[in-house]
Amino acid sequence: MPKVEIRSESCKACEYCVVTCPNKVLAIGEANNSKGYHYVVPANPDACIGCKLCAIVCPDAAIEVYK
Amino acid sequence: MEKIYTRPSTIREGATSGFCPGCMHSTVHKLVAEVIDELGIANKVMTVWGVGCCILGSGYTTHDSFGSPHGRACAMASAYKRCNPDEIVYSYQGDGDLASIGIAETIYAANRGENFTVIFINNSTYGMTGGQMAPTTLVGQKATTAPKGRDPQQHGYPVHVCELLATLQAPAYLERVTCLDAKNVIKTKAAIKKAFQNQIDGKGFSLVEIMSNCPTNWGMTPLETLEYMKEHTLKEFPLGVFRDR
Repeated sequence: MPKVEIRSESCKACEYCVVTCPNKVLAIGEANNSKGYHYVVPANPDACIGCKLCAIVCPDAAIEVYK
Repeated sequence: MEKIYTRPSTIREGATSGFCPGCMHSTVHKLVAEVIDELGIANKVMTVWGVGCCILGSGYTTHDSFGSPHGRACAMASAYKRCNPDEIVYSYQGDGDLASIGIAETIYAANRGENFTVIFINNSTYGMTGGQMAPTTLVGQKATTAPKGRDPQQHGYPVHVCELLATLQAPAYLERVTCLDAKNVIKTKAAIKKAFQNQIDGKGFSLVEIMSNCPTNWGMTPLETLEYMKEHTLKEFPLGVFRDR
């Protein structure tokens, strides 16, 4: 089953992946990373289809996709 | 389960780019690193940094690189490529560097058809120095040195680098792209790859202009900059291929 992993220390919470994901898998999380950003988390992981669009738009290469 | 997308190998492990959240400089650094991985040229690539935010990439990627004086990246890349014709050389410059103080070096490197690649980030402002008006600032767009917006009577009109260089005979490849959504990021990567492939094939001067944003100096959230770019930036700077041979 496809899944996404977020490198929480690299995420800057720009939200590009959140608005790009066709299935609304990703959301801004509540926890902070060491730089103070509310990093993105897979809030709805079961809906992931492994399309990689989130990883493609991520400026900071913070997303890894498995399929 | 197989990993189908991971960060390119030439981004320093554990590194976080120094760019602001949502800055497309980061996206372009990632794309350049991916292209270098795919072409298998990591051990013979040389980056020539311009002056500005772009040089924040020097600690982010592991490519060999050197910085140039403000605006002179195209001149230094010309010299380096002529001395080391077997290496793959690219300059990475912003609009405050390439289109302003460095416009002469850029035009003459293009006119000589120097065989290197230029990655040109156009975010229509001077990012690192605090949002001053750049040659590419849109008419009406506010900047710290144009608080009422760019006035053509006083400041002239935005400079279109691709159109300018397309009047010359020598350049091999000129394209303007953007990174504002997944479709365009894929197109941008294809353009960057072509620009590097042209150099490997010895075709000559290739320049990719990437329309970008500056959330910090535009005073917007990253998502708001995407809307601004769709409504304003891309109308002033239409995307497309201006030269391909």
